[in-house]
Amino acid sequence: MAGEVSKAIPPKDLWEGGRSPFSMSYGKIMMWFFLISDALTFGAFLVSLGWFRYTADYWPVSDQVFYHIPFVHSELPEQGFPLAYVAFMTFILIISSVTMVLAVEAGHRNDKKNVIKWMVATVIGGFVFLGSQVWEWAGIIVGPDGVFGTYDDTTMQSNFLGGWLNGAPIEGPKQYAQIFYCVTGFHGFHVFSGVMINIVILINVIAGTYEKRGHYEMVEKGGLYWHFVDLVWVFVFTFFYLL
Amino acid sequence: MERDDIIEYSLGAQHSEEEGAKIRKNIWKVTALLSIITLVEVIVGATLSKTVIGDGTTWSLIKYGYIILTLVKAGYIVLSFMHLGHERKSFKLTVLVPYIFFILYLIFIVVNEALAVTEMNFPLN
Repeated sequence: MAGEVSKAIPPKDLWEGGRSPFSMSYGKIMMWFFLISDALTFGAFLVSLGWFRYTADYWPVSDQVFYHIPFVHSELPEQGFPLAYVAFMTFILIISSVTMVLAVEAGHRNDKKNVIKWMVATVIGGFVFLGSQVWEWAGIIVGPDGVFGTYDDTTMQSNFLGGWLNGAPIEGPKQYAQIFYCVTGFHGFHVFSGVMINIVILINVIAGTYEKRGHYEMVEKGGLYWHFVDLVWVFVFTFFYLL
Repeated sequence: MERDDIIEYSLGAQHSEEEGAKIRKNIWKVTALLSIITLVEVIVGATLSKTVIGDGTTWSLIKYGYIILTLVKAGYIVLSFMHLGHERKSFKLTVLVPYIFFILYLIFIVVNEALAVTEMNFPLN
């Protein structure tokens, strides 16, 4: 990368004041620091998932739980498509991360037309992901093949699935559903706020705010947040759906 | 008021059309890599699940394989997509060292405690 970051500056000059020792703008540094704190929150969530798994005597296997795809009725895991739907969701999020990085790249060339094109693609990708998550939640809570709701209507207790044995569901730990909804919900809320941030930035790009400013750094900062959301999903995908 | 004593760092990131083409090529390369890793994970997850192969050595190998692949993916996203690999070394260390230190500590302490609790709750296992 060209510019300030790759410029060779003696350490003494770099740290003696009057400039950012990181050769970055204030806003970008603060976005990174916010992301570190947010990453610690998600890290704590995922580590507590580990706690629940270690302290439970039994933990469901994910392909016994996530085997539904839209428009196909599959009552038992053997009739279903394990991980197919969540693979689609993961792919959508990776692609929207790619379109975001392309928007940032276009911004570095002051190419307003391409920034708009890729930002629109990113926002659409975000909405598709959110819609997919709504479908997934609705399916596993109340759908015809629902496997774990938040509570049982008659006993008002968490109902959850530990897996299947000879075609009959086995009971699993309550924490499974609780930590699943907690973490994917928190991540989904991040996706939602990321989409809102991207829409605001997109409106500003169209209105020419950044063209007037001379640089598209706001797209880069929004992009950092959006990539972070993708980064978290990479871990959620592994620890909830694969392991 | 226009100030000329502040360095406009945001302008330093701008590049020409030719450099942009090179950067885009790299972006597509990373995209292909991330997609392939995800595809491999999903295929392994759907065919060689714990229900099929049981809770043996093969499963532990697959388990650690997943974690390594996830860390590879995370590394590419952070260093390439989030551009951390192109920032100054001091900034890379500022971001990564405290985070990795705290998370490793948290993993150690929670797993340690969880093992103790499990031993207490299920003494016969």
